Formats: sequence, structure tokens, C-alpha cells
Amino acid sequence: MPEPIIKIRDLHTSYGELKVLKGITLDVYADETLVILGRSGCGKSTLLRHLIGLQKPTKGEIYIKDVDIVRASEDGREEVMKKIGMLFQGAALFNSMSVGENVALPLVEHTPLESSTISIMTRMKLDLVGLAGFENFMPSQLSGGMKKRAAMARALAMDPDILFCDEPSAGLDPIVAVGIDHLILKLKKAFKMTIVVVTHELASVFLIADRIALLHEGEVIFLGTKEEMKNSKDPRICQFLERRPDEEIIDRDKHLSALVGEGYIS
Amino acid sequence: MSLNIKVQTKDQYVLLNIEGDVDLYSSPDVREALLKLTKKKTPTILVNLEKVPYMDSSGVATLIEGLQQCNKYQGRFSLVSLRDNVREVFELTRLDKIFEIHKDVNEALANGSV
Ligand SMILES: Nc1ncnc2c1ncn2[C@@H]1O[C@H](COP(=O)(O)OP(=O)(O)OP(=O)(O)O)[C@@H](O)[C@H]1O
Ligand SMILES: [Mg+2]
Repeated sequence: MPEPIIKIRDLHTSYGELKVLKGITLDVYADETLVILGRSGCGKSTLLRHLIGLQKPTKGEIYIKDVDIVRASEDGREEVMKKIGMLFQGAALFNSMSVGENVALPLVEHTPLESSTISIMTRMKLDLVGLAGFENFMPSQLSGGMKKRAAMARALAMDPDILFCDEPSAGLDPIVAVGIDHLILKLKKAFKMTIVVVTHELASVFLIADRIALLHEGEVIFLGTKEEMKNSKDPRICQFLERRPDEEIIDRDKHLSALVGEGYIS
Repeated sequence: MSLNIKVQTKDQYVLLNIEGDVDLYSSPDVREALLKLTKKKTPTILVNLEKVPYMDSSGVATLIEGLQQCNKYQGRFSLVSLRDNVREVFELTRLDKIFEIHKDVNEALANGSV
């Protein structure tokens, strides 16, 4: 077994009283596509923010290429982050900059490249995501799917070897969504990238995943291949795959107090 | 890690030998060497990539700049001796159609109007 490129060890985090991650241990191997599944609010985006050092855990370790990014110096962490691309859940383009300027930004900020080289690279990345010729558009002039692809081009600006994508196809029409999946497959093949994708789209999971991690209430309750997942008897996994809603539990008092506010006493 | 660039001037062409990874930090050196040649309107530039184990998109963009400058004075710009993984980067970005690419210097010489 090769050494993992990302090692997450017993990661805990809370927002005030709310414990969100409760001891996540997970390895990601070079060149694989790992899909993280889990219900809304289970902590997937929170986990990704820890992986890029935007948030610090209350406990636990994260090693990326053997650098302990929780405890590394600012410089040490930044060095690792230069080769990591992140596609945020909301695209997060800068609205005051053109699409081209958005894609070029990391290169302008972090490399000694001339602007003429950067502008060719920017066009190459836009071409890769199917947005050739859109460099002078403003984000407000793009559709949702185009924004996602522009954000993807920006995530790829520095030629990352690790790419994190937070719900890359959420809210897109099915054809555009499949287009994003194929882009992910192409990137993996062409640039041998290690890719971690958070998604809710089961079709996309079965297309792109080498392995799947299922998060549930702050813990990894399943880690394995697509086949292993399909064959699992765990009711929480079956519920997820069959897209069944929760059983409705009717507790009249609780329901009423939720509607009228905390103060209600039965 | 650092990049080595050697220019060999032959009778019919100039060979630009690059040794090392061409990436975000070393591409400016390649650019400088290339633009020095294109400023002089060097008629035939062969870029030898035999000793380039890795090239990222900044390296590719830099070569596009060189090609573009060379085209301005109708010079010849050719890439030779690409390793498989570097060649793949060109193919997957569909740039193998833009560049003249040859297996080695001899093939480049045999195939062109040098
Ligand atoms: N900045 C914050 N402050 C306080 N609580 C937060 C903050 N960010 C997230 N949370 C809470 O942490 C939990 C996990 O949120 P997170 O955004 O990581 O979920 P998620 O799995 O990405 O959900 P989704 O699938 O809807 O994107 C949620 O209960 C959320 O309300
Ligand atoms: Mg989220």
C-alpha cells in the first residue's frame, strides 16, 4: 500500500457547544478520487475548510504530504497550499473582477510569472473548463453553471496536484452537472490529480469515485469502494442510497414547542 | 531542482537545451532565454526537452509565447525529444496541433525547411 498523501487523525471540531466533527480518521491516496457523502449539515464543508487550513480543529491532526498543517508555521502551510486547489461550495468568485482576472489572481499573487504568460495560462484553464473566450466577462454575466466552471478554472490556476471540490454540481442542470463530472475525470487522467469531492449527487458518485466516505453525525461510518457501498447492509447507508426520508417521529409536545418557541411547557 | 539552460548555435539552427522541471518558478528563465533568441529573429529554434521530466501549464504557456514571437518573423519553432508525460500534457490540452513536435533533432532537421 502506498503512503497516503493526506492523513486525517482523530479530528474534532466544534462551533461553540455544537460538536460537528467527532473524531474523523481518514486517509487519501495519491491519484485517487475520494467522494465524501453525508447529509446536509453533517460537517462536510467544515472538514474541507480544515484541510485547507481555514479552520483549526479543537483536537486532532491533518498531514498533507507529511506536513502537519494544523501546527505548521504560516509559511509552511502556505507552501503546501500552493499546490492545492479548492472549489468552494458557492463558487466564491470576486464580483468586481472579470472572469480572467479571477482565474489569474493566484498566479499574480504567488508566482514570478510575467503577465503575458499568465494571460495565456488563464485562457488555457478557461478552455479546459469549456469557457474559452469568456475572460472579459464579469461573474454577474455568467449563469450558475458557468460560474462553477470559472471557479474550477481558478482552482486549477496553479496546476494543483490536490483538488478539493465542495458540491461542484449542486444546483446545476443535469447536463451541465455531468459535464462537471467529466471534467473531473479528465483532470484526474490528464494531470494525475488527487481529488476529494463533496457531493449529494449519487449519479456523480458512481461515475467519479474510486472510494467513498460517508459522514454521519460527525463520524466516518463507511469507507470503501462503490461496490462495497452498494452491498452494504447498514441501514444508514441503505437509506442514503435509496434516498428515503427519515421516518417521521411525531412527538406532539416537541413539535408544538418547536413552533411556538422555547418557552412552551406542556 | 534549479533549471539549466544551454544555447547551442549550429550552422542551420539554434538548439535550446533545457534541463530540469519547468514550473511556475522556473518558467520565467525559459521565457528569458527564448525571447533573447526571438528578439534576434533566430530563423530556426529547436527546443530540446529531453531532460525535462516535468512541465506544468506555465511552461506550456511560455513555449506558446516563444512560438508566437517566432511566428511574427516567420521563423521556425520546434519542440524535440519530449518525454511521454510531457507530451501527454500537450495532447490533453490539444496543443500538439499548434506546435511542431519531433522525436529528436534529426527528425526535425529531416522534416523541415531548415
Ligand atoms: N461558521 C459557523 N458557525 C457556527 N456553526 C456553523 C458554522 N459553519 C457551519 N456550522 C454548523 O456546522 C454544521 C456543519 O456545517 P457544514 O457546512 O460543514 O455542513 P455540510 O455537511 O457542508 O452541509 P451541506 O451539505 O448543507 O453543505 C451545521 O450544523 C452548521 O449549522
Ligand atoms: Mg457544505
